[in-house]
Amino acid sequence: MAEALSLLRSYRRLVGAKIRSDWQYRASFLLFLLSQTAITALDLVVIVVLFDVVPSIGGWDITEVAVLYGLSGLSFGLGDLFISQVETIAVHVRQGEFDRFLLRPLPTIMQLSATEFALRRIGRTVPGAATLVVALVAADVDWTVGRILLVPVTVASGTAIFGAVWVVTASISFWTVGAREVANSFTYGGGFAHQYPLHVYARWVRTLLGWIVPMAFVAYVPAVRLLDAPNPLGLPDWLAYAPPFVAVASVVVARAVWAAGIRAYQSTGS
Amino acid sequence: MRLLWEVARRSFRRWSTYRMATAAGVVTNTVFGYLRAYILIAVAVAGGGRVGGWDEATLVTFSFLTQGLIAGTGAFGESELAERVRTGDVVVDLYRPVDLQAWWLASWIGRSAFTFLARGVPPVLLGAVVFDLVVPPDAATWAAFLASVALASGVGFALRFCTNLTAFWLLDNRGVDQLVTLVLAFFGGLLLPVVLFPAWLEELARSLPFAAMVQYPAEVFMGRHDTVGGMIGVLAAQAGWLAVLVVAGRLLLGAATRKVVIQGG
Repeated sequence: MAEALSLLRSYRRLVGAKIRSDWQYRASFLLFLLSQTAITALDLVVIVVLFDVVPSIGGWDITEVAVLYGLSGLSFGLGDLFISQVETIAVHVRQGEFDRFLLRPLPTIMQLSATEFALRRIGRTVPGAATLVVALVAADVDWTVGRILLVPVTVASGTAIFGAVWVVTASISFWTVGAREVANSFTYGGGFAHQYPLHVYARWVRTLLGWIVPMAFVAYVPAVRLLDAPNPLGLPDWLAYAPPFVAVASVVVARAVWAAGIRAYQSTGS
Repeated sequence: MRLLWEVARRSFRRWSTYRMATAAGVVTNTVFGYLRAYILIAVAVAGGGRVGGWDEATLVTFSFLTQGLIAGTGAFGESELAERVRTGDVVVDLYRPVDLQAWWLASWIGRSAFTFLARGVPPVLLGAVVFDLVVPPDAATWAAFLASVALASGVGFALRFCTNLTAFWLLDNRGVDQLVTLVLAFFGGLLLPVVLFPAWLEELARSLPFAAMVQYPAEVFMGRHDTVGGMIGVLAAQAGWLAVLVVAGRLLLGAATRKVVIQGG
C-alpha cells in the first residue's frame, strides 16, 4: 500500500512536470488542445450530417448512435489521455533510449504514461462526455439502478479495454519498429468503428474489431441493453454485464504481452 | 533542373526503403476503407439505395479511393521542414544554392510518386477483393485521373509548405498542422463525400482548396465529371489552387527568411 502510494506520488510529480513544460509553448498548446477537441467533435459532425440525409443507420436513430459515439469517444479519450503514450516506445526503441526506462524504479508503462503525458489530449474526452450525457437524457431510457450503474462501469471498462489495446499494439515495436502504424487500425480504427452499430459491418470486421479485440464491449453491447435498441445480432441481455470482466481479462493479456515484449527487446546498441 | 531530378529520385528511393512502414500503412488505410464502406452502405440502404445522387458502388469506391489518396497527397500532415526549422537545421537548406521551395517540391514529388504506387494502389485493390468497385469508363477518364492526382499532390505540397513555414514564427507548428489537417479532412471529403453535405455546405467545400486534394481526383476516377467541359473544369480548379498556394508559399518564405532566427546564434 505504501509502495503504491509512493508510485502514485512519483507519477503525479512527473505528470506535473510534463504539464508545466508543455505550457511553455502556450500558443501551440492551446491550438493543440483546440484541434484535439475539434478532431473528436468532427466525428460527431459526420454523424449529424449523415442523419440529415437518412433517418436511421442500421435501424438505430440519431440518439442511439450518439450514445455509441459518447461511450466509445469518452472511453477512447480517457485511454488516449492515460495510456496511449505507450506507443512512443517505437521512437524510444529506435533511438536506443528504452534502456533508461528499464533502469528506473517505476513500472515502464507508468513511466511512459507520465513522461509522455500530454494534457492537450483531454480535449479528446470532451465531445464524447458531453454527447453521452445529452444523448442519455434525450434517449427514452427506462432507468433502473442496474442501468444507472451500467454507465460508469461501462466507461471504466471501456477505458481499460482501449488501454489494453494500446499496450498490446504498442508492444509490436519491441519486435519490429517499422510496423507501428498497424496499431492505428485497432486503436483509432476501433475507436471510430464503434461509433456506429456493430451490425452494419461484415462478419469478419465484427469478429476482428468487436470480439477478438473485444471492443464491442466498449459501447455496442451495453448500449443495446441500455437503449433496448434494435439487436439484429441477437445478443443476450446478460452480455451487457460482461464489460468489467472483459476489461480485467484484457488488462491481464496486455500485461503479459508487454512483459513478453520487454523480454524480447534488444537494445539498438547490442 | 538536373539537381532537382536527382533530389526527387533520391527521395523516391529513400521512401521506398521503409517497406515495413509502407505495408503497415496499407493495412491501416485498408481497414479504414472497409469501415467507411460498410457505414456508407448502411446509409445507402437507409436512403433506399442512393444518397446524394451516389449509389452503393460509388460510395464504396469513394471510401477506398480516399484512403488511397491520403498518403500521396500528404493529407494527414507532413512536418519534416517544420522540424528542421525548429531544430535550426533549416539554415543548411537556406545556404544551398537552390530555391528552398523547389528543393522541397522535388523531394515531395519523389516521395509522392512512391507513396501513390505503394500506398495508394493496394488499398483500392484490396477493397476490390470484396466489393465491385466503379472503374474509369474510358482511357480519357484514366488520363484525366492521372492528371488530377498529380495536381492533387501539388496542392498537398503547396499547402503543407505553407503550414510548415509557420514554424518560423511559432517554432512548434504542430497545432497549426493539426488544425489544417482536420479542416482538410472534413471539407476535403476524407470523412464523408461532400455530396452528402447539405447543399450550402457542399458549395462551401467545393469553393475551398481542400476538395482539390482527395474529393476531386476520386470524382474524376469514378467518371462523375464525364463531359469534356466538366473534366477540364475540375482540373482547372485544381491548377488554380495549386498556383494560389504556391504563390502564398513564396510570400511566406520571403517573410520567413527576412526574420529568420536560428536557435543558438
